[in-house]
Amino acid sequence: MRTLLKALISHWRQKPFQLLTLVIGLAVATALWSGVQALNAEARASYDQAASVLGGDGLTRLGAEGRDVALEDYVMLRLSGWKVSPVIEGRLRGPRGSLRIIGIDPITLPVEADMLRLPAGSEDIGAFLSPEGRVFLHPTTVDRLPETFPQHRIDDSLPPGVAIMDISLAERLLEADAVSYLIFAPDQRQDLTPVEVLTDGRVGKLAQETQGDLARLTDSFHLNLTAFGFLSFVVGLFIVHSTIGLAFEQRRAMFRTLRACGTSSRMLVAGLVMELSLIVSISAVAGMVMGYVIAATLLPDVALSLRGLYGAEISGELSLRPSWWALGLGMSFAGALVASVQSLWRAANLPVLAPALPEAWHAAQQASLRRQSALASGLLIGAGLLLIFGSGLAASFAVMGGVLMGAALMLPVVLNKVLSLAASRARAPLARWFWADGRQQLRGLSLALMALLLALSVNIGVGTMVDSFRKTFLGWLDQRLAAELYVTASDDAQGADIARWLTADERVDAILPIWGEDLAYQGWPFTLYGVVDHPTYADNWPILEGLTTPWEKIAGGDHILVSEQLARRFELTTGDTLSLPVPNGAVPLIVAGVYPDYGNPVGAAIVSQARLLRHFPDVAKQRFGLRMAPEDVAGLQAELTQQFALSDSQTIDQAGIKGFSRQVFEKTFAVTIALNALTLTVAGIALLTSLLTLATMRLPQLAPLWAMGITRATLGRIELIRALMLAFLTAILALPLGLAVAWILMQVINVEAFGWKLPIFLFPGQWIALLAMALGTAALAALWPVIKLRRTPAGRLLRIFADER
Amino acid sequence: MNVRALLCILCLAGLPVLGQSFAGLGDNGDGYAQVTADSPLVFPADHGAHPDFRIEWWYVTANLETEDGTQMGLQWTLFRQAGQPNDTGTGWQSRQIWMGHAGLTTPNRHFVGEIFARGGIGQAGVRIAPFEAWIDDWRMAGPDFDDLLLSANGPGFSYDVKLSAYGPLIRHGQDGFAVKSETGQASYYYSQPHYSLSGSVTIDGKPQQVTGTAWLDREWSSQQLSGDQTGWDWFSLHLDSGEKVMLARIRSLKEPHFSAGTWIENGQATQIANGAIVFSPLETSDVGGRDIPTSWRLKLPERGLDVEVRALNPQSFMTTLFPYWEGPVSISGSHTGVGYLEMTGYE
Repeated sequence: MRTLLKALISHWRQKPFQLLTLVIGLAVATALWSGVQALNAEARASYDQAASVLGGDGLTRLGAEGRDVALEDYVMLRLSGWKVSPVIEGRLRGPRGSLRIIGIDPITLPVEADMLRLPAGSEDIGAFLSPEGRVFLHPTTVDRLPETFPQHRIDDSLPPGVAIMDISLAERLLEADAVSYLIFAPDQRQDLTPVEVLTDGRVGKLAQETQGDLARLTDSFHLNLTAFGFLSFVVGLFIVHSTIGLAFEQRRAMFRTLRACGTSSRMLVAGLVMELSLIVSISAVAGMVMGYVIAATLLPDVALSLRGLYGAEISGELSLRPSWWALGLGMSFAGALVASVQSLWRAANLPVLAPALPEAWHAAQQASLRRQSALASGLLIGAGLLLIFGSGLAASFAVMGGVLMGAALMLPVVLNKVLSLAASRARAPLARWFWADGRQQLRGLSLALMALLLALSVNIGVGTMVDSFRKTFLGWLDQRLAAELYVTASDDAQGADIARWLTADERVDAILPIWGEDLAYQGWPFTLYGVVDHPTYADNWPILEGLTTPWEKIAGGDHILVSEQLARRFELTTGDTLSLPVPNGAVPLIVAGVYPDYGNPVGAAIVSQARLLRHFPDVAKQRFGLRMAPEDVAGLQAELTQQFALSDSQTIDQAGIKGFSRQVFEKTFAVTIALNALTLTVAGIALLTSLLTLATMRLPQLAPLWAMGITRATLGRIELIRALMLAFLTAILALPLGLAVAWILMQVINVEAFGWKLPIFLFPGQWIALLAMALGTAALAALWPVIKLRRTPAGRLLRIFADER
Repeated sequence: MNVRALLCILCLAGLPVLGQSFAGLGDNGDGYAQVTADSPLVFPADHGAHPDFRIEWWYVTANLETEDGTQMGLQWTLFRQAGQPNDTGTGWQSRQIWMGHAGLTTPNRHFVGEIFARGGIGQAGVRIAPFEAWIDDWRMAGPDFDDLLLSANGPGFSYDVKLSAYGPLIRHGQDGFAVKSETGQASYYYSQPHYSLSGSVTIDGKPQQVTGTAWLDREWSSQQLSGDQTGWDWFSLHLDSGEKVMLARIRSLKEPHFSAGTWIENGQATQIANGAIVFSPLETSDVGGRDIPTSWRLKLPERGLDVEVRALNPQSFMTTLFPYWEGPVSISGSHTGVGYLEMTGYE
């Protein structure tokens, strides 16, 4: 066995570059896959933490929907024997970001509510209850703390963006005068008077927080990442497949000799498997390390995206999880096995006495193309059916997968057709050979070309989506953010003062209150806004569909405008009646129209201000949009800030808010774009290794041409042109596929995942750039084999005839 | 968060941790009000809370008998602990923490209940007139101290009994100033040992009528023990001959241990001097991995007392945040009767 292994490994010593290719292929495949998995795992871990701290511990919460619980009610429940524990929760908005304050009462907190794990015996515990207090937060949250804040301690087990503290400190910081909700201990006496009876209905069981279900909300995002990771993994495996195939082809003679010397085929396969395992181990570890680096680099952007898109807080730091290692290495081994099974099979069944020849290609190719074509058609038809009859996010991704795989499998069939068509038109013998040989090459290159097709079309698809989104989003922002200055008062009283002060100021044309109440429609959270009757809305606010004069109808009081998300989720269209939940009942309102509300994870709706105030007189009256001449903004902003002692974040001009929105948007897609580029790189490597493999295998085909007088330089040029031609054809075919991908992304997946539809814009400039990139990649990939060919000594070409024929 | 760990540390926060001292009672009481010999007790005011002092309790133990003659014991305790000196906070800002312990002991079972509450918000507290001490739904309330309704519950048990005083309050030590060590640690300490009791106890949902006799202790201080004292053995005895006796031994790292006691006869209290009592453990029981003496011989020669005190249920262990042994005992020897035994600081 040792001799066998030595013999096998000697091959790699002679061909270090081939070994490198194999290692790179596997490592890259593993890297992107494991990188994405690390990102997902980190995010999921953050959600789990958040869930356990923020109500996912399975304990019931008691409270008053939309209201606080009076301290007297809490005490009365305790005195009646109910084991409930109070929580004061709220947001502290500061110049450095918003902080979710959770004040707990450790004295009564049920053991099951595992909100904060403090090491027993640390002095922090005493400090927690001390008058000065102590705050516990995740390391990434430290930079959001206001300048003067009680001492804090870092706790990795907490969700980011959250500060946990004693209820007495939370009361002071939030200036709370009541309890937000009560945690209900699981063990209660059975003979107590019901809570609802005791509190006269003021306190009851709270519905599980709909927005808290981050894992579900963000599923689409992670599915997206996983899809990218898997695509890269598959593309990487193409590399592995072709390299292993090459190594096999080159060692065919060696295998035959070994078998002839008495090595059993089982021994040979065992030796090959051992050799492979060794290489895979090294590559997989290298891949995991690369994956970690990729994940660590992308994580901050992913974190920002998730916060921007879903309000989901995840940690900005990556931790290494044993399960991640196990899964990554396992995938790596499984992938390598799949990629090499064909070669191993052939090694096992190698006839000892048969000539060491690549099999007759033509007949085999015809049969395999027929099979492939049937499979591809099946996949495409399946995808079509699923598109018509399926629903849900998983179905949408299945459609995408079916279309991509079907198209990829169809690629060699189509290319074969195109090439044979071209061959039948060709007259000159060299040209006929050019096309015919291209068809023969297809078999070896098809996997690499499929990889290129996938990478290119996904690139086109994602690129189209991102740019369409950008165009739509920015246009929408321009319209939507019509007010020149936005002001947020510290409380309602100050809000009233500011409004009075502004009314007297002649620079201000209009004060548009932005008052909203957070409600739930059939269990789904949405914000109800009340607007005043002002032409700003009719002139600027984008509407997707609606009555002719929706804003007049709104002012009338009986109509409501709903956001696209709300409309899609509950299948509302203009003219429908929506039953608006208000305290002690519901009010029927007619849908006056649907407006786009991109990027909002929850629903929104607009009624007249009078209507809002009638049902929710206590709505927070703190935010205003001001219409004024742009040149007055800076001056008024300064005066406002000084007059009312506002912080910088309380007044924000239009440019500022747009800039911020754009920044969130760009960060949101940074990850997608980065993964896109990496996938394309992997496809390039796949093409390179495939061409390298072919270059060696093709010597028997080229030798006769050389013998007929065509120089190696010309042969090299022809090879280069053919590689470019194939890449070009693939890129051309990738265009319609890419647009299909874009359509599925924007019109199917986006609607399922986010609840809004995007108009598709076409960006031909992008396509040309991609085409150039594809040709460049192909040229680069073909160059090395071509140079090798040119450097092939004449003797080697001659030997072909002696050795093989 | 583990509330136990939290409170454990809270009680020791910011102070030199004296590992051997039970429940941190041996800490110095800097900043808190101090117990002095020259401030006599005032009633009913002193039935209420003394938030300037570090620690305080309202402590009832009772020996019960069911209609079929089964012996039982019950305990009802409300502790108050100040988290910081000069606590003026109200509402959530108050640094007072309250703790309730309830126990019910039968010859073969022992039930424990424990409750924590913050001060300042009304979840626990003591009102003087009409008297009421409460934590969650546990209560000791009556028109006054002579006439109290006592109730508590915990896993598997509850009780609801009436206490009626038939004798006066008893001040321990010098008129209520009770010294606890050679170095002068002291507490304010008075008792009402003369309660007759009637009511019901419920075990596993089954109520039973009980009658008996109860003893109420009131004690507050800022520095209960000296630094080298590790725990105590405390006896309250209802002798069949009518006398009530309180005997306590405060163990320290180096002997001799400090002892104190009060002999109560016809409503008159006589202090028993340090060293006058002989405490001899007769046998120990394995209680949750600890060796705890559950049978004692007590000798007080000056009163002709030489008795054997035996636990009704040797496993009467309070598995609370600060665990200790507390249960009913029977008395035999020169005198007979029933009583209660409390032992702390056994590791």
